[in-house]
Amino acid sequence: MSKTTEQVRKSLKARYSSEKRFRAFGITAVAFGLLAVVVLFTDIISKGTSAFVETYIQLEIHWDPEELGIDDPTDPDQINVADYDALIKAALRERFPEVEGRLDRRALYQLVSSGAGFKLRDQLAANLDLLGTTQTQWLLADDDVDIFIKADVEDRQSKRLPEVARPWVEALERDGQTDIQWNASFFSHGDSREPEQAGVWAAVTGSFFTMLVTLALAFPIGVAAAVYLEEFAPKNRFTDFIEVNINNLAAVPSIIFGLLGLAIFINLFGLPRSVPLVGGLVLTLMTLPTIIISARASIKSVPPSIREAALGMGASRMQMVMHHVLPLAMPGMLTGAIIGMAQALGETAPLLMIGMVAFIVDIPGGPLDASTVLPVQIYLWADSPEASFVALTSAAIMVLLAFLITMNTLAVLLRKRLERRW
Amino acid sequence: MQAGNLVLLLVALGAVFYFFGWRRSYAVSAPLGGVRHLHSLPGYYASLAAVWCVLPALALLGLWLIIDDAVIRTNLMASLPSSIQPANEVDYNLLLNQIRNVAGGALNPAFVPAEVVAAAEQLVAMQARNQQMMSIAFVSIAVLGGVWGWSRVQPRLRARQQVESVMKWMLMGSATVAILTTLGIVLSVLFESIRFFQKVSPVEFLFGLQWSPQIALRADQVGATGAFGAVPLFAGTLLISFIAMCVAVPVGLMSAIYLAEYAHRNVRAWAKPILEILAGVPTVVYGFFAALTVAPAIRGFGESMGLTVASESALAAGLVMGIMIIPFISSLADDVITAVPRAMRDGSLALGATQSETIKRVVIPAALPGIMGGILLAVSRAIGETMIVVMAAGLAANLTANPLEAVTTITVQIVTLLVGDQEFDSAKTLAAFALGLMLFIVTLGLNVIALKIVKKYREQYE
Repeated sequence: MSKTTEQVRKSLKARYSSEKRFRAFGITAVAFGLLAVVVLFTDIISKGTSAFVETYIQLEIHWDPEELGIDDPTDPDQINVADYDALIKAALRERFPEVEGRLDRRALYQLVSSGAGFKLRDQLAANLDLLGTTQTQWLLADDDVDIFIKADVEDRQSKRLPEVARPWVEALERDGQTDIQWNASFFSHGDSREPEQAGVWAAVTGSFFTMLVTLALAFPIGVAAAVYLEEFAPKNRFTDFIEVNINNLAAVPSIIFGLLGLAIFINLFGLPRSVPLVGGLVLTLMTLPTIIISARASIKSVPPSIREAALGMGASRMQMVMHHVLPLAMPGMLTGAIIGMAQALGETAPLLMIGMVAFIVDIPGGPLDASTVLPVQIYLWADSPEASFVALTSAAIMVLLAFLITMNTLAVLLRKRLERRW
Repeated sequence: MQAGNLVLLLVALGAVFYFFGWRRSYAVSAPLGGVRHLHSLPGYYASLAAVWCVLPALALLGLWLIIDDAVIRTNLMASLPSSIQPANEVDYNLLLNQIRNVAGGALNPAFVPAEVVAAAEQLVAMQARNQQMMSIAFVSIAVLGGVWGWSRVQPRLRARQQVESVMKWMLMGSATVAILTTLGIVLSVLFESIRFFQKVSPVEFLFGLQWSPQIALRADQVGATGAFGAVPLFAGTLLISFIAMCVAVPVGLMSAIYLAEYAHRNVRAWAKPILEILAGVPTVVYGFFAALTVAPAIRGFGESMGLTVASESALAAGLVMGIMIIPFISSLADDVITAVPRAMRDGSLALGATQSETIKRVVIPAALPGIMGGILLAVSRAIGETMIVVMAAGLAANLTANPLEAVTTITVQIVTLLVGDQEFDSAKTLAAFALGLMLFIVTLGLNVIALKIVKKYREQYE
């Protein structure tokens, strides 16, 4: 055996173990990435699922016209302003006659959500015959009660419900007078200071209008720009400059677009703050590079023979593009547009700059109403101190992720179904 | 009529002229023996009539909306009685706002002088007249243009060429939006930054060690001017980005190498999309995860080891930001690694090198420029990332290199300074734009270098 072979053989063990180490590093890295995905999702799902249901308390409501302050039931004004909270308070006093003292009474009244009165009002407005009758009602519980009920028995000590109220809630629970029901208001209400009444619907509509503006502007402009650059632009400095700009804009931090929106759209053009129109404009500028780049790629993938055939049959360049290239490139463009929209839907930072952080209770009715969007709502709730908002935030994140997953799946399906391989 | 309604009306008018253009193209071709004797297809004549209706009117509307406010303002202020004529610019703006608020109903007329009320009434009248005039001018231009376009429909008219050149101009206009956006960004941050640097010297901003941009309630308050030394912000940004890179570069790179060189095809087909989910998660979700899960966990762990950890530690924000950037680095690295020609690997393996030696000594050096470019792009991402740091990093501008303490970043400060009501004269608000300028310059520089490196590398093997 030669000296070299000897040397190689001796080093083999070390080299093989180094090979193994390297491979193990690789596996660790992939595992770390996958673990991050799993932890992120389980964390959010475990925190958020409880917000999709909420606690109700059963009470005997006596529709006493005197307590309500209604002497003429036919007057809609009286029905509107009547003191429904008094009914709830009376029902609570009746259920817990042993509670005395101003402070204890106040704690008692706080078992029921401050919004429960509105439910009674709507019922009475719908059915005036209720006046004077007694009825069992399920009323929305306060968020502290909600957390307490949802918690495991051994965890309850740490919850925020006042010490004095715990036996009452436990008594209600024992008698079957608490119930956990589907949280419909989460999908129909706007924001609220009371976690049990807060919902994502205002944010979802706000997001919808913002996305509508973005799609209506970004898709046509992006496609037009891509068509120009791929099919018409002469090779000159100006075209190069456009390309450099597009590539750089794709990597500019999103918050810079927010500064642009604030300085140009709001301060210079005088457009109103916090409206989906301005949000849509800013997101348009932000997603344009993504859409242009993907649209160019799909125009490029249309084979030149198609173009030559069209030109050979006597079509003008514009006819060739409009009648042949665009329809063939459309699936790819749509895929790119959906991915760009998904990006825009999850964007928060530029919208903070243009004032879409307002506290929005009402459902916006159009792109010129003050509104917020889903990611900003998440940001706002994540900042709120009440413990129940953690669950709400996670639930809102789940809604947002559901939208994003749907959009991305749609993009993948579209690509698989429609994209042609030449 | 409102501008929005006018545009809707214009669409309807355009459709009407399209229809009439279509009809006329048939009418003028009938004596010649049918549409085949026209120069272009009837649709092009129709489109030309519609274009003549729509485009001039839109241009007029745009111009009108840009200048009408200024014209009304000048006329209004000139017509004021001399008793309330403002003396300087500040008074001028105050008075104007007052008049506007009275006119808009936001201010009770009982609280202001009679002259102002009169001026407000005049303003309302002027605005109404302006709206009227705008609507009339708009509709007449649209109709006149349409009729002109319609009357030009003749068999010899080269309608297709004209319509196509209009379309081509529109396509080009769309392409220039990218330039306009860049220009808009540069101008908006530059102008406000210049105003900021008139109040605070650039030297103090770039090299000052103290950042506390409060605005004073009284002029004589201690520290009334605030301190605008941005070094703590730069340091905080770099610290968090550095932590993020320490997580993302090894993990991203190694997983790209493993998935490209070692993994079975099926494993790759599953693991790659799952890793890329991380890229699709909105940053606000990462921020929530960092603030509510990672930061308390790190704090608990640190305290069990006897360390003091801030509840908004740089480590938590950096760690989560690193996780966010993993798919970014791994997909870029994957691209450049798979672009290295097969022959180079085969050569190395044939000489007896193990697979990891081939990767370390041949593939990585060959792919290095591309990987460096990718890392630079990732750094620029980390520097510009906003939501994670806004939610998980602190507000206090500490100048420290300890990852367990709270630091603040450029983006956090921009958000804090600009969210809520602002006055556009205070150094505090303008400082956000100066920070934005710095951010733009740095990220732009990184991108330009990175794109250049990546492009050069691609050319090498293509």
